[in-house]
Amino acid sequence: MKSNQVLENRTVSPAFVEKERKRRRMKESLTGYAMISPWLIGFFGLVIGPMIYSFILSFTDYDMLSAPKWAGFSNYIELFTNDPRFLKALKATFTFVAIAVPLKLAFSLFLALLFNTGRKGSGLFTTIYYVPSIIGGSVAISVVWRQLFGRDGAANTILDSMGLGTISFFGNADAAMSILILLIVWQFGAPMIIFLAGLRQIPQDLYEAASVDGAGTIRKFIKVTIPMLTPIIFFNLVMEMIAGFMTFTQAFLVTGGGPRDSTCFMRCTCMKLLSSF
Amino acid sequence: MNKKTRLSDAIYYIFVIAFSFLMLYPILWMFGSSLKPETEVFSNAAALIPIEWDWLNYPEGWEGFGGTGFDVFFRNSLFVTGMVVIGSLMSCSIVAYGFARINFKFKKLLFVCLISTVLLPIQIILVPQYLLFQQLNWVNTFYPLIVPHFLGGTPFFIFLLIQFIRGIPKELDEAAIIDGCSRFGVFWRIVLPLLKPALVTVAIFAFMWSWDDFLTPLIYLNSVEIQTVSLGLRNFMDAEAGTSWGPLLAMSSLSLLPQFILFLFFQRYLVDGISTTGLK
Repeated sequence: MKSNQVLENRTVSPAFVEKERKRRRMKESLTGYAMISPWLIGFFGLVIGPMIYSFILSFTDYDMLSAPKWAGFSNYIELFTNDPRFLKALKATFTFVAIAVPLKLAFSLFLALLFNTGRKGSGLFTTIYYVPSIIGGSVAISVVWRQLFGRDGAANTILDSMGLGTISFFGNADAAMSILILLIVWQFGAPMIIFLAGLRQIPQDLYEAASVDGAGTIRKFIKVTIPMLTPIIFFNLVMEMIAGFMTFTQAFLVTGGGPRDSTCFMRCTCMKLLSSF
Repeated sequence: MNKKTRLSDAIYYIFVIAFSFLMLYPILWMFGSSLKPETEVFSNAAALIPIEWDWLNYPEGWEGFGGTGFDVFFRNSLFVTGMVVIGSLMSCSIVAYGFARINFKFKKLLFVCLISTVLLPIQIILVPQYLLFQQLNWVNTFYPLIVPHFLGGTPFFIFLLIQFIRGIPKELDEAAIIDGCSRFGVFWRIVLPLLKPALVTVAIFAFMWSWDDFLTPLIYLNSVEIQTVSLGLRNFMDAEAGTSWGPLLAMSSLSLLPQFILFLFFQRYLVDGISTTGLK
């Protein structure tokens, strides 16, 4: 803008100004591309390229040694009709996500509401509750889980001392699924902090107005908190579902996908297939 | 009324404190059990404090297995994580500046591409990426773990930085350009210094995620001497097959130490980071 005014003051021809403006826009565009080039290379080279390549390969017969042969939809038909492992993985993954995600969100919302009451020390407690979210995906925690729920582990010791007998957590499909769900729900700290930030954004006068109109605590929750929090609930739901579908380390290390592939989620199956080459 | 609030306060604190104990139990148990002698791991399984303290679990675990000690794994992890942090900071900040401040053709379309990759599940590109890195002869090297991060490998970070740059007044850029500063100069001298808090957040998350990562090392690192801590720990678990839980738990505790230290010093940034952008 400013440079154009300078040019006009010197009374140069409008055609020259137009040309100059175009040249500058061009230069600006090139600078922009230069700056985003790292991402651009990564996006086309490491994401889009390989994605298209694998999509094309999915219609072929390919053993990584000889050249791929066109096979139409046969791989997909095989996958859905003649591969019990795939269907089992699909079912296990969906069961896992359908239970773990709502549970995790309910927990995080409940505790966020509790910490939003403005009592002292809530900062310290949110920090404590957030710790598992940071380290929950690590191999170390999987090691701990394996030992805690082992045959002679802490969980069985406690159950036994309460006179409830012991459970073979890794031998029983439901029990194995439950300890994986527990491991995921345990990491509710991150969505809790997001909820807490969302709750603090809700204007206080809405609650005051509702009180004046005679609404109780539950009614205020349903009529004010939930509608105001909907975008954040939705955000957390999407994020947790994506993370849930991608669960790998825990299933791979804690239960090893067992017993009998009952906790072998899609990614785990993917990995097992890959390593069988 | 007063009595009622005091009662509800009491219930609140009892619940919250008891629940924190439950939340921290597995972690405390890990540290406690890493000091238990072998027999006690089972006979005294649920206890947090060992009856007899066995510090030898640590040097014994540090020896590792098959002649490779944990010093090697830690060195590898530190190298990989360090490079990932540097790569993320460099590539994501400059890409974010490009998206936030410069007008170029197809910007809107490319921005949509960027946002959609934030939500892209990794398994879609797992196998094809492996084939690509295999062609490049990068399997069994650190490159597949590091190079993607120099190419803006975590779109989430780019997104976070774009949001932050949009909050910096544009007048600063314009003033610098009038004074004869180039676009890159504006980025380097004006925006980057102001971006520091967001960069700290990015660095911490990059560190946490890279340190934790298990899948990528599992796929790409075959030789023992280039494996990272997470992979070494898993192989240690398999090698010992439940015979030496003490050293295994000792190494597990050590593997989490860098993350704990970082959390202790920078928890403000972590909490702010997730509450403003929904990072995890």
